[in-house]
Amino acid sequence: MSDEYDNNKSYQAQSSEVMDGSTGSVNPDIDYVRPAEVGEQDLYHGHSFIEKWVFCQDAKVIGVQYFLTAVFTGIVGLILSWLMRLQLGFPELAGFMTAEHYYQFVTMHGMIMVVYFLTALFLGGFGNYLIPLMVGARDMVFPYVNMLSFWMFFVAVAVLMASFFVPGGPTGAGWTLYPPQTILEGTPGSGMGILLMLISLSLFVIGFTMGGLNYMITILQARTRGMTLMRMPLTVWGIFTATVLAMLAFPALLVSAIMMTLDKVLQTSFFMPTILKAGEVLEYGGGSPILFQHLFWFFGHPEVYIVALPAFGIVSDLISVHARKNIFGYRMMVWAIVGIGGLSFFVWAHHMYVSGMNPWFGFFFATTTLIIAVPTAMKVYNWILTLWRGNIRINTVMLWCLGFIVTFVNGGITGIFLGNVSVDVPLSDTYFVIAHFHMVMGIAPLMVIMGAVYHWFPLVAGKMLHEGLGKWHFWITFLGAYSIYFPMHYLGFIGVPRRYFEMYDSPYMTSAVGMNEFISIAAFIVGAAQFILVFNIIKTLKTGKKAEQNPWKANSLEWYTSTVPPEHGNFGERLPVVHRWPYDFSVPGAKDDFIPQTTAPSEVIHTEVEKT
Amino acid sequence: MHAGIIFLLVIIGSVLFHIFTPWYWTDIASNWGGMDDTITLTFWVGGGVFVAVCLFMIYCVFRYSHKEDRRAEYKPEDKKLEKILTWATTLGVAALLAPGLIIWNQYVNVPKNAIEVDVMAWQWGWQYRLPGADGKLGTTQVRNIADNNPFGINPDDPFGRDDIMVESDVINLENNRPVKILLRSVDVLHNWYVPQFRAKMDAVPGTVTFYWFEPNKVGEYEVLCAEYCGVGHYAMRGGVEVQDKGDYEVWLSEQETFEQLSARYEKLNVDGNKLAKK
Repeated sequence: MSDEYDNNKSYQAQSSEVMDGSTGSVNPDIDYVRPAEVGEQDLYHGHSFIEKWVFCQDAKVIGVQYFLTAVFTGIVGLILSWLMRLQLGFPELAGFMTAEHYYQFVTMHGMIMVVYFLTALFLGGFGNYLIPLMVGARDMVFPYVNMLSFWMFFVAVAVLMASFFVPGGPTGAGWTLYPPQTILEGTPGSGMGILLMLISLSLFVIGFTMGGLNYMITILQARTRGMTLMRMPLTVWGIFTATVLAMLAFPALLVSAIMMTLDKVLQTSFFMPTILKAGEVLEYGGGSPILFQHLFWFFGHPEVYIVALPAFGIVSDLISVHARKNIFGYRMMVWAIVGIGGLSFFVWAHHMYVSGMNPWFGFFFATTTLIIAVPTAMKVYNWILTLWRGNIRINTVMLWCLGFIVTFVNGGITGIFLGNVSVDVPLSDTYFVIAHFHMVMGIAPLMVIMGAVYHWFPLVAGKMLHEGLGKWHFWITFLGAYSIYFPMHYLGFIGVPRRYFEMYDSPYMTSAVGMNEFISIAAFIVGAAQFILVFNIIKTLKTGKKAEQNPWKANSLEWYTSTVPPEHGNFGERLPVVHRWPYDFSVPGAKDDFIPQTTAPSEVIHTEVEKT
Repeated sequence: MHAGIIFLLVIIGSVLFHIFTPWYWTDIASNWGGMDDTITLTFWVGGGVFVAVCLFMIYCVFRYSHKEDRRAEYKPEDKKLEKILTWATTLGVAALLAPGLIIWNQYVNVPKNAIEVDVMAWQWGWQYRLPGADGKLGTTQVRNIADNNPFGINPDDPFGRDDIMVESDVINLENNRPVKILLRSVDVLHNWYVPQFRAKMDAVPGTVTFYWFEPNKVGEYEVLCAEYCGVGHYAMRGGVEVQDKGDYEVWLSEQETFEQLSARYEKLNVDGNKLAKK
């Protein structure tokens, strides 16, 4: 049993002739694919450096731009988390940090990681790069709008980062921004900080809408001949459904940001009731703080799936390719993605069981929440059933996938605790919640991102990332992250509340000082380990082994471009024609253990293909 | 190969950690043992699924690791297996949901004999009020709040006169008697939370929220704010002292009513005016 997959085997682009070679004598009808209904789109090719690399209309370049910008924000978020952990584990070393700083770091860490890092990375980064390639299009359908989308995101990030430098600093209202405290003194950054946050979020939503329209319409309208919806890779299904969710959910965020800006600037009272502060009644009255929470979570819960669904899709493809086996239950997987996406709009108030909303809502939202567990569990079963009887390459990519399964199942199961209304009562607002959501929507999607980076780097850069470094990166990250968040659940059982700058000598906490120190040390190590990847990328770009075309022997179209890395326009003179789903691995009777999507049935007539 | 072993060690380590952990629930001191029981049940079912899924994954890693001369199985779908798994999961989820909903039903239905405790939160502290001899709390309004009326009780409300004002951030409760906590806030969100009682609910400005519990262990407990409320959130502590009936009644008789408090302030005012005239 070898840990290392041998990449040096020779590869032929059209390698799936039938074993007896009788290609010529078959009925041509079985190869029929409907002709294209519309002609090909014209592409605007950039002429100057600026048009090619800065204000570029090529989705692949835009994808990389999104990716790098998101990674930059992610590194900022990572540094903030180090500072938080320094305060929690070793307060004596964090003398420079006041409670104001701490809450500002907590807030910015949360908002950056959820919105500006994960969402932008999955949809803006992977979405832009992979959608046109995977559906067989030359580019997104509206390349110019796509370019605007990235630059709008860039401005949103710039505004967000600017809030670190304004008087009062960035907002410290918690990433949920619950009013009234968000815009009242008593919360750090309640002046310029919160305004810049709200402006930045609004810009993000505007930019994201431009991108999202592109992703949806490209997937619906620009697929190549033969690429039916049920032949699309699950990556595309995941990104597509997440984009639809984003189009429906982000308006709620935009609306709440606008209303809160008005409450802040013009003293309207959308979310502000009568408030007594420092002995004086403020000029507010009649608004509802809970209304904001409904709006926020109407966005916020689908947001979880906006991050999770692309991860589900990508990991399905990675597992299938590297287990050399078709994804188990493809149709179930598609319907589970769509079903989870639909259900995610009916569960938002499970974040609000103890918010003071009408408690009878609890019955409804607990039920809908636990219903979501069923399609989610089906996806997990199908991933492990894909491994079952596979021919699994235990390489870096697969390790990240396995790490994803462990952390996702762990975090999913603690979700059943928190979704189950009365169980949530003692656990809500404790460290159990922190552990749960970091495991399920922090670490698990991160595992997929990392797997995807190692998987698609040869396509993007034309070179293979170093396997040995990749494995070190994986094991330190996985073991470290697991030992941060697994014990953290138990802090929640003790009753340690979240968002506490300091616990003083609360009896609940004294027993956990040692654990806090341990968690902090693990967090420092895991964070530092991410720079192994940075080093690996720099080293590979300089001296790395050149990648052959399709090094993983995958079937999907992105590996069958005219050049590697693909040029603008992706597919050379002629667009590929698709004859099958992307999961024909290890088909009995085929010469190789994979049949590319472009292979016509007549070329593999003696194979026992079940699903096309 | 080592990959499978490390994953296996992680799973074994998780189970051992759970069994031997020194960090677990703070001892319960209320009637909400049902919440703990549901958590335990969820732990067994969920933990079982977690271990089973991971072990199956690890088995696959050992058993089906890549060999050049082997082919994976080709079987796109298995309707029967998928159906079995769907129904088994649905049943499992329903079995976990049912006790959760039953306990929630108890949580939202307050027993008739519960004594009301009005908890008022502000940045950053707590105040308490109990109904007087008439058993009813007077109505309140934020705009009425003043030094001589810390709860903003409507002066015209006859029910308010005998309300008992607790001028401390510690509230005493009678052991084995259900309490309905009424939560109010004058500024931002707060949450009156005692880990030993398990229960919690946000205090929301502009409305009154509630929850109930029955303390069943005499002792002193720390109150924590469990909803982020600004920079003083972590320092927003209070206390609860659960006492037997006799001790509780002694304590209760020492507290001032709203009427007494108003009178005291009036006297203070009159005296103050006299002083000023002199």
